[in-house]
Amino acid sequence: MSILVNKDTKVIVQGFTGKEGSFHASQCMDYGTQIVGGVTPGKGGQEHLGKPVFNTVKEAVNSTGATVSMIFVPPAFVSDAVMEAADAGIELAVIITEGAPVKDMMYAKMYATKKGMSTIGPNCPGVITAEECKIGIMPGNIFKKGNVGLISKSGTLTYEASHQVVQEGYGITTAVGIGGDPIIGLSYKQLLPMFEADPETEAIVMIGEIGGDLEIQAAKFIKENISKPVVAFIAGQTAPKGKRMGHAGAIISGGSGTAAEKMAALEEAGVKVVVSPADIGKAVKEVLSK
Amino acid sequence: MNIHEYQAKQIFQKYGVPTPRGKIAHTVEEAVEAAKELGGNIWVVKAQIHAGGRGLGGGVKLAKSLDEVKEYAEAILGMTLVTHQTGPEGKLVQKVYIEEGADIQAEFYLGMLLDRAKEMPVMMASTEGGMEIEKVAEETPEKIVKVNIDPTIGFQGYHGRELAFGLGLPKEEVGTFIKFAKALYDVYMDNDAEMIEINPLIKTGDGKFLALDAKMGFDDNALGRHPDIEAMRDLSEEEPTEVEAKKYGLSYIKLDGNVGCMVNGAGLAMATMDIIKHEGGEPANFLDVGGGANPETVAKGFEIILQDPNVKAIFVNIFGGIVRCDRVANGILEATKITEVNVPVVVRLDGTNALEAADILRNANIDNIITAENLADGAKKAVEAAKGE
Repeated sequence: MSILVNKDTKVIVQGFTGKEGSFHASQCMDYGTQIVGGVTPGKGGQEHLGKPVFNTVKEAVNSTGATVSMIFVPPAFVSDAVMEAADAGIELAVIITEGAPVKDMMYAKMYATKKGMSTIGPNCPGVITAEECKIGIMPGNIFKKGNVGLISKSGTLTYEASHQVVQEGYGITTAVGIGGDPIIGLSYKQLLPMFEADPETEAIVMIGEIGGDLEIQAAKFIKENISKPVVAFIAGQTAPKGKRMGHAGAIISGGSGTAAEKMAALEEAGVKVVVSPADIGKAVKEVLSK
Repeated sequence: MNIHEYQAKQIFQKYGVPTPRGKIAHTVEEAVEAAKELGGNIWVVKAQIHAGGRGLGGGVKLAKSLDEVKEYAEAILGMTLVTHQTGPEGKLVQKVYIEEGADIQAEFYLGMLLDRAKEMPVMMASTEGGMEIEKVAEETPEKIVKVNIDPTIGFQGYHGRELAFGLGLPKEEVGTFIKFAKALYDVYMDNDAEMIEINPLIKTGDGKFLALDAKMGFDDNALGRHPDIEAMRDLSEEEPTEVEAKKYGLSYIKLDGNVGCMVNGAGLAMATMDIIKHEGGEPANFLDVGGGANPETVAKGFEIILQDPNVKAIFVNIFGGIVRCDRVANGILEATKITEVNVPVVVRLDGTNALEAADILRNANIDNIITAENLADGAKKAVEAAKGE
């Protein structure tokens, strides 16, 4: 078991024939992901990477039965692509593109929610169910199969965390890179109950960072709803106020959204919070060997 | 991206958000000329820098004659203004805004930004005009009225009424206020603003609302569709190394410590700063070289880090994924040929092909390159190297 995606998930790629879309789609296929086609307006009817190309998401969904879309279109076209996917009945859109305007994502997410489509990202590494299905840009070989669920705002920290978990002799069920933009799709609060319900997942690692209050919401949720052990690391303990730390959403504004307040809230909720990012793996081992 | 007060007011005026009349001046002569053109017998001389708290720092003066306009413009232009937002080094004032005086009857706060939890904009108003809103929020949160505006319905009359009555305005002033707030909403949405702050928003003796101050920031991701706003960028207000880094696709932020950091990925870059602190050191910067980490970007990264004379050691922390570590290792060796690196460099490469990468670095036999086994080891070695141990 796993969450969100598995070896049977049928995936299309929006922005299929572009440089990034092509490269990562073929990497996903190598990993075993069922990429069943893609969308590039104006290239419908062609074949790319041995899969059919469609002009619209609707056609792609009708012909392939895909339920998930991986989106690589340029930032200015992201909201259009997300809304098109939602309108075509896609169930989950994984938005890899970096640099989408916040206002666009606000409208896109509202529409997706209205249509019952979940989103992941934007500006994220994607989602991977170890050794089954990779939808995104993460290096698949880092994610060995196991019993730890992973939720992270940061790409490379996801790899770092997974690597540490594997070095301690454990592995990953599903890892979700949720992205660090001000408006994102699925977040801790929606993903935690999925891991709670997944019989294979025995512990959950959540990696957060400064800015916003998603981690605080997660802490409240964990306290009341999650029985599995949770390990957390919050990046940006040393970040100065008012400076945007790479991710558009990683900013301490008006003194709120600090790492300290998030760490305190999580600790109070019974989460094993590590101060050093090098201790994530060790902490997983500790909670799992109890 | 942030802009100056006078620029924000130019945008306001286009949308019918009332402001006092004013003119920008770069010299004392221009300042006096501006005051003459504006007319009247009272003016405000305001330093234009991207930081709040200008009044307390002596950057805002009320002039009651043209001689005083001249005197204050002379004092303010060219001064290094220090406020609680500029840091101790302050900011050089290169422009002053000359504005007509206003008859202030009451002061309010009006601001707008994205409510991240609700995922829609929020407009905030307070009777505590002139106070820092964070302070008001902390000490007297009941004095702030907040209204979320769902962009799919836009700014409706009731949004305005909730704010106006929340501020305790008499009913004959509510209509004028709503018009003001609605225009401000349009400014925010049309221009992809990230935040707008009017502090204070004033009510004049004749019952008008005016934006006496204006602060605006924009969503960098949306600047591509607002060339008029991008043209307002004042690079002299930004940290020069941060601007330079951006040109090469690097995200750099200068900090006060002595351990330089070069990392791939924003989250890992923040975590690297954290672990340096955890090991007893102080990070000199945040630097995300992005996913590629090729020789050119790494070389540029070294160059930018070393522009900071405080840096005594550099910690290169790269988690190789799709970009394999052996390639990154070669990139680092190449980079040391392009840019002279005269401090110890601790390199931690982990992930895909990490062992090959370690061999490449060891075999290169470069004195000041120290390899690290993992994240903790790398941070420890970097902190030690910076201390000269």
